[in-house]
Amino acid sequence: MIFVGLRNFDRLFHSEEYIRAIKTTVIYVGASVILTIFLSFFIALLLNMKVPGTPIYKALIFIPYAISPAIAGTLWSFLLNPVVGHVNYFFSKFFGISVDWITAKPYALYAIIFASVWKVMPFDIIFYLAGLQDIPDDIIEATTIDGASAWKRIWKIIFPLLSPITFYLVIMNIISFMFSSFAIIDVMTRGGPGDYTTTMIYRLFLDAFAFQKTGIASAESVVLFLVMIVVTFIYFYFGEKRVHYQ
Amino acid sequence: MRKSTRKLLNTTLAEIALIAITLVVSMPLFLAISISLQSPEEVFSYPPKIFPKGLYFKNYLDAFKLVPLTRLILNSLIMAGAITAGKLFTGILSGYAYANFRFRGKNVSFFALFATLFLPAETVMIVPLFLIMKKFGWVNTYWALTIPFMASATNTFLFRQHFLSIPKELEDAARIDGATPLQYLTRVLLPLSKAMIGGAAIINFVYAWNMYLWPLVVIMQDEMKTVQIGVKMLIDAESANNWGVIMAGTIVVLIPTVIMFLLLQNLFVKSLVRSGMKG
Repeated sequence: MIFVGLRNFDRLFHSEEYIRAIKTTVIYVGASVILTIFLSFFIALLLNMKVPGTPIYKALIFIPYAISPAIAGTLWSFLLNPVVGHVNYFFSKFFGISVDWITAKPYALYAIIFASVWKVMPFDIIFYLAGLQDIPDDIIEATTIDGASAWKRIWKIIFPLLSPITFYLVIMNIISFMFSSFAIIDVMTRGGPGDYTTTMIYRLFLDAFAFQKTGIASAESVVLFLVMIVVTFIYFYFGEKRVHYQ
Repeated sequence: MRKSTRKLLNTTLAEIALIAITLVVSMPLFLAISISLQSPEEVFSYPPKIFPKGLYFKNYLDAFKLVPLTRLILNSLIMAGAITAGKLFTGILSGYAYANFRFRGKNVSFFALFATLFLPAETVMIVPLFLIMKKFGWVNTYWALTIPFMASATNTFLFRQHFLSIPKELEDAARIDGATPLQYLTRVLLPLSKAMIGGAAIINFVYAWNMYLWPLVVIMQDEMKTVQIGVKMLIDAESANNWGVIMAGTIVVLIPTVIMFLLLQNLFVKSLVRSGMKG
């Protein structure tokens, strides 16, 4: 082993491949987090209305929580398959989109986002539902009954009341999409087409185990480690100040 | 009157929205089960069929022939079982130590542990962990699949919080009655923590059963692989692209955790929220 100082880091940040992986990660994680948070929030609001049949809806909507990222990827590969996939058929029939999702830009990115959001949503819904149960019923009643201003009240009252949960979920979702999503990408696109869906963790995997570039891969581990330290710090620094419900 | 009409309208709209959402969210699983029961002619017919004509179970037999699924299931059970047991054992003992004892280095070690709370060990540590396993000669063994994951900050935190919530008077009373610290743990604390242990156990189990990246890199021999990798092996091995067979294998892999989840949903949800576990 030869000590090379910071040369690996220097090489890393001058590598176009790695810069692209960072950009891909930011786009993919950002889009997935926003979609997951908003969809989960609305589904939780609906489930919290306790209309007849809610236990069944809940049970079915929560199922993807128990399904692994690898299987989520497999299921969506099947659904988007140009020959046998039902979702692909739906898109070609109603939107005229007839592509090979897994190998076409930018559809490959959409494909992994579908699978990722589907997989992570139940986790967020569970937490939002728990949070909604802590809000006094009359506040929620008031927001649901008053037709016209219901939207406004949801955004001005309920969403802010749940901000500590949203904050927690954003952090947790960033972690899920940055790391656990590896399996989704590996099963569905293998980082392709080209390196179009290669995120930082996928790049790390390729460099470490496909190309055997241990030095560069270790530097990439350190980068991810630092990202996590920052995320953890942000969570506890801002989270401590904001953990209140009313 | 007006209020109640509006409420009825809201309820109806919510009902419709929820039915639509439930259909969309459960569609992947439903369609996967459907196609796993279709014969090749049905699978490849266009447009894709929503319901199978009959029950074509041959796909399931083919999936087991294509990939050594029985062995992979066994490997995953061993891995998830050992990791669950290990995490509970270390989590309970260390949680007990942090909650009920004073010792040198408590704060320092606690802070070090704290820093790793959100760190997904399976992914961030993968390069150094792999090098260590190689040095130990553990590549392609159950040791590599289980030992590195037998302790986690999450479990330690969970049990520490829980033990802190149990009144100190109990400990004093037990001590006066002559109980050793270990007896207090096994005879008083653990019986009081059954729901907690159960919840942590299922969450740990599902987490381990669903692990992907680590088994992918540390296991090269087919007979030591786990079910999650098996799913990818199915896709690669099914040369005719018969998704009926691939989905049959996938259903076999996802059924254990989904059934466990449906049966224990309330326990799952409660423990998840209480612990804030990553899952």
